[in-house]
Amino acid sequence: MSVDERPAGTGTSGGLATAVGAASGPGPLAPLVGADSDRSRALTRAWAGTWPKVGAVVAFVAIWQAVVLSGWRPEFVLPAPLTVAQTLGDLVREPEFWQAIGTTLRRALVGFAFAIAIGTVVGIAVSRFRPVRAAIGSLITGLQTMPSIVWFPLAILLFGLNEQAITFVVILGAAPSIANGIISGIDHVPPAFTRLGTVLGAGSVDLYRHFVIPAALPSYVAGLNQGWAFAWRSLMAGELLVIIEGKPSLGSRLSFAQDFNNAPELIAYMLVILVLGMLADTVFSSQSRRMRRRRGLAVD
Amino acid sequence: MTVTENEARPASGAAPEPVAHGGVRLTGVTKVFGRGATATTAVQDVDLDVRPGEFVTIVGASGCGKSTLLSLVAGLEQVTTGTLEVGGRVALMFQEATLLPWLTAAQNVALALKLRGVARAERTPQAHALLERVRLGAYADKRPHELSGGMRQRVALARVLAQDASVVCMDEPLGALDAMTRDHMHDEIERVAGEAGLTVLFVTHNVREAVRLGDRAVLMGSSPGRVVHTEHIDLPRPRRMEDPEVARRAGSLTAALREDVARHVG
Repeated sequence: MSVDERPAGTGTSGGLATAVGAASGPGPLAPLVGADSDRSRALTRAWAGTWPKVGAVVAFVAIWQAVVLSGWRPEFVLPAPLTVAQTLGDLVREPEFWQAIGTTLRRALVGFAFAIAIGTVVGIAVSRFRPVRAAIGSLITGLQTMPSIVWFPLAILLFGLNEQAITFVVILGAAPSIANGIISGIDHVPPAFTRLGTVLGAGSVDLYRHFVIPAALPSYVAGLNQGWAFAWRSLMAGELLVIIEGKPSLGSRLSFAQDFNNAPELIAYMLVILVLGMLADTVFSSQSRRMRRRRGLAVD
Repeated sequence: MTVTENEARPASGAAPEPVAHGGVRLTGVTKVFGRGATATTAVQDVDLDVRPGEFVTIVGASGCGKSTLLSLVAGLEQVTTGTLEVGGRVALMFQEATLLPWLTAAQNVALALKLRGVARAERTPQAHALLERVRLGAYADKRPHELSGGMRQRVALARVLAQDASVVCMDEPLGALDAMTRDHMHDEIERVAGEAGLTVLFVTHNVREAVRLGDRAVLMGSSPGRVVHTEHIDLPRPRRMEDPEVARRAGSLTAALREDVARHVG
């Protein structure tokens, strides 16, 4: 091949053509495909994700109804789905119901916020300072496996039957997961990124801000997600154990429903707790999925 | 890096003169890793004088200390003995583009500008201008995973330009690319380095690539790493990998390399 055939530096040599072809950017063909098929594809995808869930709910309700009809337990102990739905419909018209949700969510958010602050600081300290890691690194994992309900007797002795006892246990439930998330995130930052930071002249603050922290973020969000789940469980355990007068919460309402043999209300509250937990999980997983997609990591 | 920009002066060639802006001079450079019984000499007694704007390719078998040599010039490692003078800032390009996956192409370039101290308002326009120079202006808002391997290396090249370095060390930057993309990147690197007047130290194990790109090819032998042969490549540019003359010169370099390997094995 002669030199003149492909002179250096003339735009579209084979390499560039290949490169452009491989990019997933909006090519010249994109306008021809049009927005309509995009929308119908999105609908198809949404339906593909939705129908199994709808099916599962329908199947669950059907089995529930079948068990009720079988007469295995009397209806005042195991009410039918429709009874529970009616109870729930009545409940949402009571201000106490919303008060209970408000109290519980506020406790959850306050406890979780403290857990984030403590877990993050402890996590960074463990990942940065070797002696701190040697001292408490394995303790954090140990705490994570410890059922947080175990803390309640001590919390009640320390703080009494009050909000602090609940918050204390919520924090202890959530903080280890959050700390572990940030520790494993920082531990697994690709060395190439920190080397790049050094080459680009980043000092230690810039190195953390622009390279280490963003690289550790997906693992941190996973830790937050798990931390939230533990906070929510600890909070429910706490609200069942520590009932504060004049402060309706989801846990206390659940407990009262049991005391008064009010099975429809009990199950209605359980459903509310389940849905709230699922909503929070949806927020976390959509965040983490968005982050993974932006980084070109595998998204299921 | 060792010599600041205002100390730059024209190259006069005399050894005791300070190195010119964009020049690199190694005098008897030796690098030993470890101490005592476990000490290994990675680079031994290397003399190399690189003119400002010169394109020097460093070629040798794996483990011959080519990468160590670059790390020394880039300041990632310190020389054990000998002197190393570098006229100006050094940028480094790796085999992997190492773009940050959470930033767009433009943001990756802008981060290098920020860390160099460029004012916030100027970063975005400058980053876009630099991407234009590697002909990726249309891809400024793409994230690394949306770009092909060759495009990622071009973003890395734009980032090198953002560092405003006079010397660029490239450590097998095209090793992970397919042959066609690599050919294209040869053109790009040659053009961009020429336009910016960059001094390039380009490490490769591909002899033909060394002849294709270099004004001079430095052949390194192994254990310990040292310069065994220097070849001035006075072929006219533009050159192509498949030019017969490039192939012929690569052949003679390969022979020299083989001789060194044989000496060591025998």
